[in-house]
Amino acid sequence: MEIVKLATAGTMESSDAYVEIEPAASLDIQLESVVQEQFGDEICRVVREVLEEGGVSGANVRVVDRGALECVIRARVETAILRGKGDA
Amino acid sequence: MRRSMLFLPGNNPNMLINGNCLGSDAIIFDLEDAVSPAEKDAARILVRNTMRYMDFRGCEIIVRINSIDTAYWQKDIDEIMPYKPGLVLLPKTGSAADALEADRYMTEVEQKLGLPQNTVGLMPLIETAMGVENAFAIASSTKRVKALFLGAEDLTADLQCKRTKEGREIEYARTRLVVAARAAGVDVYDTPFTDVNDDEGIVTDAQLAKALGFTGKASISPRHVEVINAVFSPTQKEVDYAYEVMDAIELAKSQGKGAIALHGKMIDAPIVTRAQQTIAMAQALGMERGV
Amino acid sequence: MSKVVSSIKEVVQLAGLKDGMTVSFHHHLRNGDFVLNMVMEEIAQQGYKDINVNASSLFDVHVPILEHIKNGVVTGIAADYIAAGVGRAISQGIMEKPVQFRTHGGRPRDIVLGNTPIDVAFIAAPTADTMGNCSGKYGKSACGSLGYAFADAMFAKKVVVITDNLVPYPLQDFSISEDWVDYVVQVDAIGNPKGIVSGTTQITRDPVGLVMASHAAQVIANSGLLKDGFSFQTGAGGASLAAAKFLKDIMLERGIQGSFGLGGITGYMVDMLQAGCFRNLMDVQCFDLKAVESIRTDPRHQEISAMHYASPASRSAVVDSLDVVILGATEIDTDFNVNVHTDSNGYIMGGSGGHSDTAAGAKLSMIIAPMFRARLPIVTDHVTCISTPGKDIDVLVTQGGIAVNPKNVELTANLKAAGLPIVDIHELKEKTERITGTPAKLPKGDRVVAEVISRDGELLDRIYNVPQK
Repeated sequence: MEIVKLATAGTMESSDAYVEIEPAASLDIQLESVVQEQFGDEICRVVREVLEEGGVSGANVRVVDRGALECVIRARVETAILRGKGDA
Repeated sequence: MRRSMLFLPGNNPNMLINGNCLGSDAIIFDLEDAVSPAEKDAARILVRNTMRYMDFRGCEIIVRINSIDTAYWQKDIDEIMPYKPGLVLLPKTGSAADALEADRYMTEVEQKLGLPQNTVGLMPLIETAMGVENAFAIASSTKRVKALFLGAEDLTADLQCKRTKEGREIEYARTRLVVAARAAGVDVYDTPFTDVNDDEGIVTDAQLAKALGFTGKASISPRHVEVINAVFSPTQKEVDYAYEVMDAIELAKSQGKGAIALHGKMIDAPIVTRAQQTIAMAQALGMERGV
Repeated sequence: MSKVVSSIKEVVQLAGLKDGMTVSFHHHLRNGDFVLNMVMEEIAQQGYKDINVNASSLFDVHVPILEHIKNGVVTGIAADYIAAGVGRAISQGIMEKPVQFRTHGGRPRDIVLGNTPIDVAFIAAPTADTMGNCSGKYGKSACGSLGYAFADAMFAKKVVVITDNLVPYPLQDFSISEDWVDYVVQVDAIGNPKGIVSGTTQITRDPVGLVMASHAAQVIANSGLLKDGFSFQTGAGGASLAAAKFLKDIMLERGIQGSFGLGGITGYMVDMLQAGCFRNLMDVQCFDLKAVESIRTDPRHQEISAMHYASPASRSAVVDSLDVVILGATEIDTDFNVNVHTDSNGYIMGGSGGHSDTAAGAKLSMIIAPMFRARLPIVTDHVTCISTPGKDIDVLVTQGGIAVNPKNVELTANLKAAGLPIVDIHELKEKTERITGTPAKLPKGDRVVAEVISRDGELLDRIYNVPQK
């Protein structure tokens, strides 16, 4: 099932990530991170992986990362997907 | 060993990821009061991921799910059961039926996921007048119940009285819960002391809980953990006495005696059990026998 | 005779400044300082070029200096600490000549030895008389100690005192005396009191900070050093202050009377003095209002110069008598080298200050830092910049364990016996990376933007530019 509406999850607080997702024809991930240099590629890979697991093939995704650990980023993306699908 | 249990808000990554560094024997990931209705989904997923990806060795995980009169509690159990928390804390447990309802669903999820039965314990949170009156029935309702937990904030609201630092208003509930839990053969944990800036109040309150027979005490502030651990740890004197008891038992056995006395006092089965528990705890804490 | 000059403009003309000369400033007014900007603006107005600025520290309030750098007015900077506002531009490569970083002890050492001659020292003074006797303890811009300004006053060729509280001669209880001073200038305001001293800094409420603080206090309590005569310095960070609070409780409980508290002094150190934990405070700089009040009124609270504080060229310095210091770090490597100069992306945002001086002097130097900040592990294989060499660091306290420099065999045994969570620093690094993941290496620039000079005057490390995309 695909993203049907704009949804957000997470916060801008330290150690958290804020995720925005909206319907789109293809996947586009924009990342803004305080650890861009050190973990930017890795975060994008993880976001893509969670989107795939959620069966999302089209969406604009914006992630603002405030130094979140991987398990937190995964949780916030998953929550945004659920909300974007209208499941939450 | 659960001397201290620390509540951590379920939707706060910064607190969750450091949970095992805060010194408490157990941490309670809170999906209930610490999480607003709009964030229940987010917190559930965050807590599940924390349990899945983080290594909290040396610190037991407890999850406070939402109460069974909400739309959330079954989803909470669905998400957390695969990652085997030590206990599920069930808020507003008012009767044996409530505990049995949670047990039934936990068993169902265990079966569905092919998990071993009954490894995740249940800890009813007693925080209503009805819960206090039904405490023994709740504690003995199912094998899954491993402990009772007193929640004084909601209870005093239900009792229509004011929550005070001295805690006169919860005296009955405290002693009632200890008796009920001990009668059912399970542990019992005391309510948090909520003034995080009162460094003396927490000591008095923890000592009172220990004196009444509680197994340990919960906390909403990491600042209280050290005090609680200290109060609920055996003293060197208690440890030494426990070893003396065990020595006396050994000696009596080797001499073929039945009744044993130590310092003029008869040693019976409960004293031996208590000595064994004390020694086990001392060993876990790295305490040695004094000289 | 009168030393009073009507304006900064006039004094710059009188002082005999020439292109290529060195001017100096102290940082007691911290982020509230107006003096450095006022003077440099006047120097720029009068068309000087190629000026070297020797400032004990540069704060974000000093960002206007970047314009003077771009215009060629300022071509050299020496400082002990440079905050992110100016530091970032330096890391981007704004200067041709590398910045020279020294320590609070190394700076006066090089001034005294003549290695870094100062042509004109501009000394911001919260109170001064007409002949230049001056003090930081009085006036609307009071900052307490003037410790960092002494070497400048005593060794610069010309000395200008700038005050916003000119009082009749003689000022009693002065810090710097008239015999060093050439000119006195009165201005409306030397600084913004809000930026000069902070109100009471609260002890951290951050649970991780409290855990670290508690560990730190336990390390001290079990180090063998905590006995009568104990001496102590701590930074002004939240966890360090919490550690001081816990330490105070332990000292009072055990009835220990220390000899002195040293440093940058905060209200918490004043509390310890008043509670009887120390006989004296030795104060090179005041951090908050309570410290300023104390140094003004309590004779046990003694102002000291930076030379007396930490200079290796002094016959002795207070750091040589120090038992324990608690310090911070942005990075620490498995050899215990500490970085406090650059942030996680390689940009300058600090400096040694008294870090390496106290680490070298203290019997026990302890770093408090969380295992990771914003997903970046604190322990690395090699720090981006060596601010303080690992040989001078004894213990790293994190929430996930305490790493002891392997040279401290006895301390390790004591702390283990006390039941503290001791961990090998390599294991701590691995444990942290299991939580955070392993960060990718930062691209390193090819130009040196700063040199880190040790307190003994040796080149300790180089800081490279951060490549811009």
